[in-house]
Amino acid sequence: MNSILSLALASLWNRKGTAILTVLAVALSVALFLGVDKAREGAREGFGSTISGTELIVGARSGPINLLLYSVFRLGDATAEISWPTYEMIADREDVAWTVPISLGDSHRGYRVMGTTQDYFTRYKYADRQELSVASGELFDDLFDAVIGAEVAGALGYEVGTSMVLTHGLGAGGLMDHDNRPFRVSGVLARTGTPVDRTIHVSLEAITAIHVGWETGTRNPLADSISEEMVRSFDLTPRTVTAVLVGLERRGTILRTKRALDTYPREALLAIIPGQALSQLWEVTSVAERALIAVSLFVIAVGLVSILTSILTSLNERRREMSILRATGARPGHIFSLMVLEAGALGFVGAVLGAFVINLALAVAGPILAARYGVSLVGTGPGLTDLYTIGAVTLSALIIGAVPAWTALRRSLADGLSIKL
Amino acid sequence: MSEPAVEIRDLRFAYDGGPPLLDLPAFSLGRGERLFLRGPSGSGKSTLLGLIAGVLPARSGTVNVLGHEMTKLSGAARDKIRADHLGVIFQMFNLVPYLSVTANAALPCRFSSARRKAVGGDVSEEAARLLARLGLDDSALLKRRVVDLSVGQQQRVAAARALIGGPEIVIADEPTSALDADARDRFIALLSEEAERTGAALLFVSHDAALASQFDRAIDLVEINHAVGREAA
Repeated sequence: MNSILSLALASLWNRKGTAILTVLAVALSVALFLGVDKAREGAREGFGSTISGTELIVGARSGPINLLLYSVFRLGDATAEISWPTYEMIADREDVAWTVPISLGDSHRGYRVMGTTQDYFTRYKYADRQELSVASGELFDDLFDAVIGAEVAGALGYEVGTSMVLTHGLGAGGLMDHDNRPFRVSGVLARTGTPVDRTIHVSLEAITAIHVGWETGTRNPLADSISEEMVRSFDLTPRTVTAVLVGLERRGTILRTKRALDTYPREALLAIIPGQALSQLWEVTSVAERALIAVSLFVIAVGLVSILTSILTSLNERRREMSILRATGARPGHIFSLMVLEAGALGFVGAVLGAFVINLALAVAGPILAARYGVSLVGTGPGLTDLYTIGAVTLSALIIGAVPAWTALRRSLADGLSIKL
Repeated sequence: MSEPAVEIRDLRFAYDGGPPLLDLPAFSLGRGERLFLRGPSGSGKSTLLGLIAGVLPARSGTVNVLGHEMTKLSGAARDKIRADHLGVIFQMFNLVPYLSVTANAALPCRFSSARRKAVGGDVSEEAARLLARLGLDDSALLKRRVVDLSVGQQQRVAAARALIGGPEIVIADEPTSALDADARDRFIALLSEEAERTGAALLFVSHDAALASQFDRAIDLVEINHAVGREAA
């Protein structure tokens, strides 16, 4: 078989122009398929590793996916808030071990601002229960301190001591700036590969403080007359929070606690289990994913057909070659194997090249995607899927090769020893 | 007397639906014999060679090659006999263009374990040795692709390919038709010498009757093929 394989490779090399184009067609189709699959898996793993150790997330009643997206991934907005007394009710429940309230709604140069407590930095876990850590500086201590994520620091060139002005809402700065209450960066968090990197963290009280004079949703003309000293002397306990991260005393009570919160009579609440809500999110996206996978599989099929086309079109000009091989002792099995191995070699080389190209592209583009668009493609390196794909494409090519192999075989038997062309 | 290398009796052959091409009451090629088979175009030379080589199946009569009755063998068995015991040289030498000189000469050993076994050692070395005996001893030339060689050099590569592994029968189908008289005579002498050295029977086919004197025996296919006579009548 080795001697037939080397003959097949030599024959392909003799037609290297066509062979290279065919290999490229297969490589591109495999790269597309693996790219879609890796992006899908990477996004899932990236989302899945964003939060761990939090049993429930509670927000005002809306949809579970919406609550998950705005509270954890900073995507979309809350439609309503939870009142502070309700938050206190949740925190005081016997089955609740800890709570972390979060307040969203403001921004700074496109990055979301999140008001929370110091507990957030110890309770919030990501990936395999990893804790947040401060890369430089310290957690917020003063009312107008801010702790920024690694990406915010990198992209805006901020460091400890940098002054920053928050913007009311998520729009552009200007008239909606809270420029009368500037913040100081007190710390920069270590990179996590999660939305935390793109978040500016301030205290809940700070959120209340910057909205003094903004009770109507816009700046009150008298807001500037309220000095910082006066603000600091106010009771800055928030009246509402956007959502609450909840840890339970015992995980076994999770469904009972969830039901109790979902049916809380005084305020319409929604409690979600993060993993369950993620599954629902994947159910929504899986239709599009399946469509993408189906399209990329069709593209692979087109790549395989290009193998068939290139070999079939070469058969006429190779009748003399087959005749020579038959005369020098090649049996029908040899001719058949030669054709099948040529197809297999084209499929194998194309698949390996495609896998290499997509892995290289993701290795280069991964950090750029994460930095520019915040899309963390986790675990997209070479893996078993690449091996299975290479195997499947090679096997399919070998099977497809049977078509030209059969044609060549029949012709070589009909042509006899001396084909006259 | 030893069994002939090829013995044909009452062979009749026609392609599907076509007129009879061959009707041979008797034909034989002795072991080690150098036989010249003459015949004009269309006289059935290539068909006869195809039947002897086992590529074409005979419909009636007997074709005995080295003691094997080809008409009773399967296609695979006939293929094996061709691979193990026959060397073929074509009119246009028909070398494989993408293989080197040595790889072309060694080609039959890829398909026949018997030929590899007969070589004994390294097949490429044996191919180089054969090529050197045929006058191609430049090591740089042996690595080149055959399409870079002259016609005369290609001819020797084709001869080496037919002779490697010591086949008992060498079939040469109009191998000198593209050569001038001097080159033709040198090639026939060289081929005869090598066939004699290895003990192979040589069946040399040509339309040129002038070559007959260089062989042990000569046969005119038109005379022995009754199908040609019938068609003419």
